[in-house]
Amino acid sequence: MERCELNQDLGRELLDLAKKKGASSGDVVMVEGDSFFVTVRMGEVEKISQAGEKRLGVRLFLGNSSASASTSDISKKSLEKLIDDTVLMARATAQDPSGGLPDVAMLATEIPDLDLLDNDARSIAVDDKIKIALDTEKAALSFDARITNSEGADFSNHFGRVVYVSSQGFAGEYAGSTFGHSVSPVAKQDGAMQRDYWFSSSRNFARLESSQHVGERAAQRVLRRLGGRKVKTCEVPIVFDPEMAASLLRSLASALSGYALYKGASFLAGKLGEKIGADLLTVIDDGTIVGGHGSRPFDAEGLPIKKKVVVENGELKSYLLDTYSGKKLGLPSTGNASRSVGEPPGVSPANFYLTPGKQSAKEIIGTIKSGLYVTEMIGSGVNMITGDYSRGAAGMWIENGELAFPVEEITVAGNLKEMFHNIEMVGNDLEMRGRIAAPTVKLAKMTVAGE
Amino acid sequence: MADLPVPAKTFFDRNFGIRNRDLDKILDAAIGKKADYADLFFEYRRNEGISLEEGMVKNCSQSTSNGVGVRVLAETKTGYAYTDDITIENLEIAARTAQYIAQSRPAQVPAQVGQLPSKAHDLYAIATPVNDVPLERKVALLYEIDKFTRSLDPRVKNVFASIGAEYKVILVASSQGMVVGDIQPLTRLNVTCIVEENGNRQVGSFGGGGRVEFGFFVDGGDYERYAREAVRQAVLNLSAEDAPAGTMDVVLGPGWPGILLHEAIGHGLEGDFNRKGTSAFSGRIGEKVASELCTVVDDGTIPSRRGSINVDDEGTPTGCTTLIEKGILKGYLQDKLNAGLMKMALTGNGRRESYAHIPMPRMTNTFMRAGESAPEDILKSVHKGLYAVSFGGGQVDITSGKFVFSASEAYLIEDGKVTKPVKGATLIGNGPDVLTRVSMVGADLKLDEGVGTCGKDGQSVPVGVGMPTIKIDGLTVGGTRA
Repeated sequence: MERCELNQDLGRELLDLAKKKGASSGDVVMVEGDSFFVTVRMGEVEKISQAGEKRLGVRLFLGNSSASASTSDISKKSLEKLIDDTVLMARATAQDPSGGLPDVAMLATEIPDLDLLDNDARSIAVDDKIKIALDTEKAALSFDARITNSEGADFSNHFGRVVYVSSQGFAGEYAGSTFGHSVSPVAKQDGAMQRDYWFSSSRNFARLESSQHVGERAAQRVLRRLGGRKVKTCEVPIVFDPEMAASLLRSLASALSGYALYKGASFLAGKLGEKIGADLLTVIDDGTIVGGHGSRPFDAEGLPIKKKVVVENGELKSYLLDTYSGKKLGLPSTGNASRSVGEPPGVSPANFYLTPGKQSAKEIIGTIKSGLYVTEMIGSGVNMITGDYSRGAAGMWIENGELAFPVEEITVAGNLKEMFHNIEMVGNDLEMRGRIAAPTVKLAKMTVAGE
Repeated sequence: MADLPVPAKTFFDRNFGIRNRDLDKILDAAIGKKADYADLFFEYRRNEGISLEEGMVKNCSQSTSNGVGVRVLAETKTGYAYTDDITIENLEIAARTAQYIAQSRPAQVPAQVGQLPSKAHDLYAIATPVNDVPLERKVALLYEIDKFTRSLDPRVKNVFASIGAEYKVILVASSQGMVVGDIQPLTRLNVTCIVEENGNRQVGSFGGGGRVEFGFFVDGGDYERYAREAVRQAVLNLSAEDAPAGTMDVVLGPGWPGILLHEAIGHGLEGDFNRKGTSAFSGRIGEKVASELCTVVDDGTIPSRRGSINVDDEGTPTGCTTLIEKGILKGYLQDKLNAGLMKMALTGNGRRESYAHIPMPRMTNTFMRAGESAPEDILKSVHKGLYAVSFGGGQVDITSGKFVFSASEAYLIEDGKVTKPVKGATLIGNGPDVLTRVSMVGADLKLDEGVGTCGKDGQSVPVGVGMPTIKIDGLTVGGTRA
């Protein structure tokens, strides 16, 4: 079978074909990518995987009804069938008055270069990639004699390209890359094992943190968990380390998604303009950060990406919207459309972060007589409609302003509505390690369940 | 090489022109002179999703994927390459890429990789996959569900209903001369509703499915049952109080709470973690890890279940593996790589999300066998505790053994009676320890409704769980009421 090239012309051709078959409008998303990963364990290569993939998706409207479809079979015959199937499906869906593509006036007119692609890194040899993973693991394993085992270390890279064409005349594309390495060392003490993890990830190969740094950090993280114990059930101040504070921001982003909001499935529905958190809570969503993990030159509907204040000194300034969820709420899109190929758009933040405060993590911990420093949470106990929050946790107990001993097999519980108001301190240690990031955060209190 | 089985053979032959001699040639290239084993995993998959909200079927979507993964094993090493463009040339390129793993090794006699037990199953022969049911019928069912759900209670403000259907054809060819195919249909129906009373909004959700036909949802009125359950849970949550915090006796209801076994026990018994010695259960076969009331199995052979498969994604027929028998740890779940290295038998648990993923040991349907206690006697025995009957998700840290799972429907037990509903709380425990605290096991074994998906290392596979009512002495409940 002859495969088609993924390009803007193919998109236009398919949309023309769709019009002939009865569609009134539509858009095409095409992605292609090459990915590689290697995992090593105990100094030996364990797995290597390499592949290239292509995928094309269409969304077609018949008036205000729509359907979507995608395929990895990029042959003429398969694409024609894709259009036929999608038109048929669109006939079976409801006329939704809020459906449709964005207004032409909203579309991006220029495509900024955000330095998302590190093309030079394509030439890195497989043996060099393996060496990074091996060195990262070695740095962790050689750090301390109690680190006796490993779940392995890895290096991965991905090069991708996205092409988007819509029937109102928008056509754009961009390419990006991501690189990462990580390690999961296992430490043993008194017959009990602990595992932890650390990573570095970047769109630019040269900006990855060193193997030594990542390995040592993973080692320190796993060592401090050794000898963990439960504590008595209590209500105490809580400090979330930056990774855990970022997970609170992930919950905030979900609650601010236009889809959760218009469905009434978010505890922040109807709160625009209201105070939803403490004065210290200022949250930015910025898709324009050069080289940012979540940066993109236009969103999944061809709208420009902006930098916006989402929460300012505790006041909710903006939801996260695409065209559809915006229409449902009577608001314009915020340029946060995202989508999987062959699915209708959804919403996701770009680079979403809590602006840093003044104190160091040490100073924040120093303010607590008795409390909990949370370095890991597991489980899915967040109810987005009520804000109820209850998750498994591990970390360090704080006594008289110092980290005293590791704790585990406990839960932290509260309600997000109150938790955002209970933010007492925000650290100065913000690092954009991923697309959602936060510095250290102190909450006045949460319930810790243990013995 | 033996003839390909029908109909998977005809499928890939007809659609991609892949014939026996091609498979041999590619496998030869993949195994080279230095590898122990190679296999090819062909996959064709069609997914369909139809969803309703606000009284409208707003979206239909469909996706088609096909591809091949080429895997090469050399001792503990795995080389993997895949392509979504199934041509002989691409397969040969992929085979050479996967070969890379074995290149640093001297030429040698292949090591033993887990060998194949016999006897495949036919667990889900269906005439019409849900994907092929006319779209109009599926759309009509969603409108019927919307109407029915709204009719149940005036406090229902919104209804979300969705049908998902998957039709998957796989073919595995290995350097051991095995060629096995399977057709794996899978479907699921979900109903979620939002209820509101005096500004208090709550959500309830219920669903089911399996490797079944469309009639599964409509013939016995199951969709009505899902709707009733979703509304009942949402309304119940309107009056739920804050959950308690602390350690107390916990009674788990039958069925879906079996997720406890999946998280606390199942993952820790997967062969890969145990070969590497990173599981809290490593090296403990033959030891007592549960009360003698507990017998836990993983059974991939229950007809029509979501977690069942005729053969795993390495072509091994599934089986029923006893993990814990009367409290004693009996076995691990294995794929070819780990069974070979640990010199243990294959169990048919080598699974993968798709052709783009490397197989690893995964669960199928994991459940505890029934005991002898009457469920009401179990509740009566608790002075003060929690009765949890439905759960959201769970998670485990394999190495420390700590696991959590989040209750979505729970009640206080006071003086042997089930009293007030309480808000969802996370339960946390220690895997190797929790089943030693099981003091009563009910006679009411129930499997879940068929909605479970398990994630491991970024790969999702459909699974099932099950359990009778059980009592656990002293488990930490993560509520807010200290």
